[in-house]
Amino acid sequence: MDRHAIMEQGLTQPLIAPALSPAARRRQLREKVIAGFITLMAFTGIAALILIIIFVAKEALALFTEPEARHEASLSKMFLAQDVAPGKPPFRWQPVSKIPKVSMIPLFVGTLKTTAVSMLVAVPLGVFGALFAAEFAPRRLRELLKPVIELLAGIPSVVLGFFALMVMSTVVKEALGFDRPLNAMVAGLGLALAIVPVIFTVSEDALTAVPRSYREASLALGATPWETAWKVVLPAAAPGILAACVLGFGRAIGETMIVLMASGNADVISWSLGDSARSLSATIAAEMGEVVVGSPHYSLLFFIGVQLFIFTFVLNLMASTWTKRVIRKLTGGAA
Amino acid sequence: MTPGTRRAVGFALTSLTGLAAFIIIAMLAIILFNVVENGAGGVTWTFLSQPPSDGMMGGGIFPAIFGTAALTLLMTVAVMPVGVLTAVYLHEYAPPHSLFARIVRVAVVNLAGVPSIVFGLFGLGFFILFVGQGMDRALGHEEMYWAQPGILWASLTLAVLTLPVVIVSTEEALRAVPMDHRTASLALGATQSQTLGRVVLPGALPGILTGAVLAISRGAGEVAPILFTGAAYFLPDLPSHLNSQFMHLGYHTYVMATQSPDVEATRPLLYSTVLVLLLLTFALNLVAVIIRTRTRRKAAGAH
Repeated sequence: MDRHAIMEQGLTQPLIAPALSPAARRRQLREKVIAGFITLMAFTGIAALILIIIFVAKEALALFTEPEARHEASLSKMFLAQDVAPGKPPFRWQPVSKIPKVSMIPLFVGTLKTTAVSMLVAVPLGVFGALFAAEFAPRRLRELLKPVIELLAGIPSVVLGFFALMVMSTVVKEALGFDRPLNAMVAGLGLALAIVPVIFTVSEDALTAVPRSYREASLALGATPWETAWKVVLPAAAPGILAACVLGFGRAIGETMIVLMASGNADVISWSLGDSARSLSATIAAEMGEVVVGSPHYSLLFFIGVQLFIFTFVLNLMASTWTKRVIRKLTGGAA
Repeated sequence: MTPGTRRAVGFALTSLTGLAAFIIIAMLAIILFNVVENGAGGVTWTFLSQPPSDGMMGGGIFPAIFGTAALTLLMTVAVMPVGVLTAVYLHEYAPPHSLFARIVRVAVVNLAGVPSIVFGLFGLGFFILFVGQGMDRALGHEEMYWAQPGILWASLTLAVLTLPVVIVSTEEALRAVPMDHRTASLALGATQSQTLGRVVLPGALPGILTGAVLAISRGAGEVAPILFTGAAYFLPDLPSHLNSQFMHLGYHTYVMATQSPDVEATRPLLYSTVLVLLLLTFALNLVAVIIRTRTRRKAAGAH
């Protein structure tokens, strides 16, 4: 008989296990308990995510169940234009005025404006920077870029907000001739500082995952290094770079301190970048401190939290799907 | 296109990517230079060891440093065991192709993407209003004792926030421990948990420490999650109980920068506070980078 057959026989006809000594049995039990405990600990991550959903949504639920809150902040008051005296804006966020106005539209516009500015700045910087690091940079320079990105990512967002508020606001105001120092432009530029590291890191990972053989084939066909980078490597890594941008976008939507400190926080609807803007996240941060627990205003702030959670959740899911796709494509379905 | 123009276009566009990289480096340099230039003069021993005085116009930031340290210490104690054991489960105990392990991974990735302000809402809704009120009722406190913002709730909120950081770095550390070490230990008759405790975890220790340091650096700088879970602008006393409020470097920066009655007068103090906060997080990051490069080199040498 050959070895395989013997092994198979051994597997199909197990020997009867000898009786275990009490000490061995105790040891087996201990192993099981430890394994069980470790498995239990692994539940924490799932539990945390579920508890976040439940408890943020729970506090927002009053908006839909309690008559007072439903009257003061109905969905139509949040999202549709309100009948107001002519000449007054139909969308306002003033939840503590005598007649509370709870339109979320100014907050959406403010969030969109600041994130759009940050993406317009951070995507070219992050992706081109990553392309440089992965394709063109001499080794020394690449080894300088990595820690620089890590340090930039390590700056607390309150410090970036402080920098935007104290330094960038005056520079931007004078350079672009805006009326007020705190506006969507400054907040967006501050946000860009926060998301460049995210976009750079994820893009660079995607670019370095492209196999060497792609580059060698392209160079062997007579393409220049630039053509190789632009027409071969970049398209191959495209889903990963898209994922990087989506992750950066999600981070920019959720980022709080920078926008809170640098945007001016007025609930105006305008597409001018020189105007002040109020974002979803900054609204929560600014108002939660003074709100009465259980009031409609309180539930509204939690409702904004639910929306932020959903937006970032969907964006992250998209990003991780694309990242997986690029890895699967480049490793030939092995992963 | 002639070869000459092709090369010229290529060179121009390559320089463009180089310019992007240069701008990134320049941005970091400008921020650091600005903060150091304006803040370095004010960082004295008095500044580091004294409480604020004259209505925040003078004195130091000792209570904020103390509060930040106490907060991150509690956070580390809470997050490390859970994070390390989750990573141990994912890398050492989970059966291959385990559905549960996959769900845990998805949850961790998504947890890392939740905006920090939502963690603040979670801390308020879950820890303070649900757990805190429940504890008050169970322990028979007539007045609010646990159901109010305090350092324990703030640190637990930050622990949930930094959980993905710890899990990801611990898993990387476990991956760097060569498989041979495990099989050798098992072949000598050690059980799985003995192998874990005496071979795998000691081997992964530097990487696990990196995770701890990264989590501390992240936790020390986050302000949004502690806005309504325990940070206070000014307190006469240091936090003495788990339900005390505390001062915090980042929160201090935020309030001084946005709500100061006289911006010009507080400006030097503000810059010095930011410098201390930056030095703290950078020092921590640097430690993490050093430990990590050393482990990676060792892991590369082992294969």
